[in-house]
Amino acid sequence: MRLDLLLGELPGLAEALAAVDAFDQALAGGLLRPQPAQAAGLAALADAVAASPLADRVAEAAGKAAAGVADEEHLTALAAARTALLGAVHDALLARVDEATGRTRDDAEAFVPGETPSPNLLTAARAWLCDLARAGWRGMDHELVSAAAPVVSALLSDPALRRPALLLDGFAAELAASCPGRTLDRIPLRRWADLWTRGMLLTRPGALTAPAATPVSGRLLPLGVDVHEHATAVQAQVHAVLEPADGGPSRLVRASVSAPKPDTVVGAGLWQLLRPHLSLLAAAGDGRAVELTGMPVTGEGDLLWSDEHARPGEQTDVFATARVALPAVTGGPAAPLDRHPARIAEPVLVEGYTVERDGEALVLASAAGRLTVDASRVPAASPLTAQAVAASGACIGLLRWDCGEFRLQPLAVRTTVRNKAASVQAGAWAGGTSDKNAAKAEKAAADAVAALHERAGRLLRR
Amino acid sequence: MPVWEESSLSRVVPPARPRKLAKVPFVELAEGRLQGVVSSGSDISRVYVSSVAAGSFGLVCRTNNNRPCGGLRGGLCNHILALTGEAVLQYGGGRVARYLQTDTADADPAAQQITQAIGAGRPQQADDGAAVAGQVFARFLRHLTYLELPATTAPVPEMHWFPAVGAVA
Ligand SMILES: [Zn+2]
Repeated sequence: MRLDLLLGELPGLAEALAAVDAFDQALAGGLLRPQPAQAAGLAALADAVAASPLADRVAEAAGKAAAGVADEEHLTALAAARTALLGAVHDALLARVDEATGRTRDDAEAFVPGETPSPNLLTAARAWLCDLARAGWRGMDHELVSAAAPVVSALLSDPALRRPALLLDGFAAELAASCPGRTLDRIPLRRWADLWTRGMLLTRPGALTAPAATPVSGRLLPLGVDVHEHATAVQAQVHAVLEPADGGPSRLVRASVSAPKPDTVVGAGLWQLLRPHLSLLAAAGDGRAVELTGMPVTGEGDLLWSDEHARPGEQTDVFATARVALPAVTGGPAAPLDRHPARIAEPVLVEGYTVERDGEALVLASAAGRLTVDASRVPAASPLTAQAVAASGACIGLLRWDCGEFRLQPLAVRTTVRNKAASVQAGAWAGGTSDKNAAKAEKAAADAVAALHERAGRLLRR
Repeated sequence: MPVWEESSLSRVVPPARPRKLAKVPFVELAEGRLQGVVSSGSDISRVYVSSVAAGSFGLVCRTNNNRPCGGLRGGLCNHILALTGEAVLQYGGGRVARYLQTDTADADPAAQQITQAIGAGRPQQADDGAAVAGQVFARFLRHLTYLELPATTAPVPEMHWFPAVGAVA
């Protein structure tokens, strides 16, 4: 891999992010009675998209917002402008990744608006987001933030609205923990503006699409497991190489499973919520391939998993998969609305490095360049520790980008102890574990869920 | 060091810590209160809904049938003590003390230091106790519904903004 390419500057990146930051500052103060500095931030965003088809609508929206009279359509136009800028950043970063890895990538399919489930509910969600934008992070209070609760509950009860539901649930919980906004000594400006923007667009009629999926058969070789969680939801994504049975080129795919959860179920206790719905988790943990027959896959490379299309395959080695299969794979495109730097998670193999320390961070250093390890994304309930990374000679990971740099989220490392090679995987416990502490944590989580079920049985249906 | 404000992935809320739920099935720092639900020691179908308001320390403790808790006269009842204890297990003493604005000298106080600080503030029963108890109980029932929501294998790209919490934060 051409690590040097990941370290190089990207033309236009700093300008695009400066416009995003200017808008994010304006949003923090609230758009009810904007100050001159906020008006300048809004104008900066409009200027940045002045050469795009959005130009007129965004310029008008920025003007209205600066005057404190932005309605929902105006706020949506501002969200669209911010999304377009970060979409362009995403495209430039991903092109750089493809250059560094030598990977080809399929083109995205044209966006076709979906049907709008529960339009009234989505309207209520947007109304809350608009109120939030008017108050700003500095002006939000408990009353405003807890107004999201009934909307989120209703979104959660409709499986077709799971995406906005999990987004707004996690976002509202963060805001609630940070209320009242006037007491905040620092604000996660980029993050909250990301979440707000995404909420505005995702709740827009037609934005939620059921992606077109086609059945695929072949051999699936897992590379590793990536875990996402907030207080009341968890998702695991297995990254894998698919070798189609029809002899077509191998492609990078993902299989996902997510579940809402009580906030006290965390760590090793999370796997039991996910395991029953995705047999691939156990296969990835055990190092086995899976044979697929007619499994639906989207153009982006998301397998819409259902166990009836899968059966266990032969034993495999993730590092063999990474060395032999990964160099020839075709990557999937991001769906148009999903183009954002935070979505970049590109599986790569890095080897032939020495591990250096840079403060608390680990850096994989070789003649080709340096790559910082983001060990903070490896779930705590995992045998893959920073120590294992430090002792490793090869690493399979996800290339990610945040705070102006690429970093590597480890999925698996190969260590050599007394001339014996061993691999350690982040998702090794996904299918179950004999590790004493993890097994204890799983039991405790099962007990916690049982205690809540008991309470629910007595109190919920009265 | 990455710039916290310019990160899409800044860690805002530390994850809850696991705890046993039999005695206090629900605790949260929300709506400007430490609030939750405490199982009755004597009646398995009764729970107490308890809360302490941040700053003012206004207290509420009522049964799920909205009867006031007798233990609240003249100080903190056992339910509020249990609630505070479990909140410290779930969130850590520092976060509970900051949220309640208790004036504890310790940056990471024990539950007992927090309840002493609340007691020293001569807390009164909140005027809107019945309404607060109703809200808290509704939020508990809402929390219980998370158990019944089905898992899905459709991808949720938004969850990339919520990375797993690693051992090395
Ligand atoms: Zn009581």
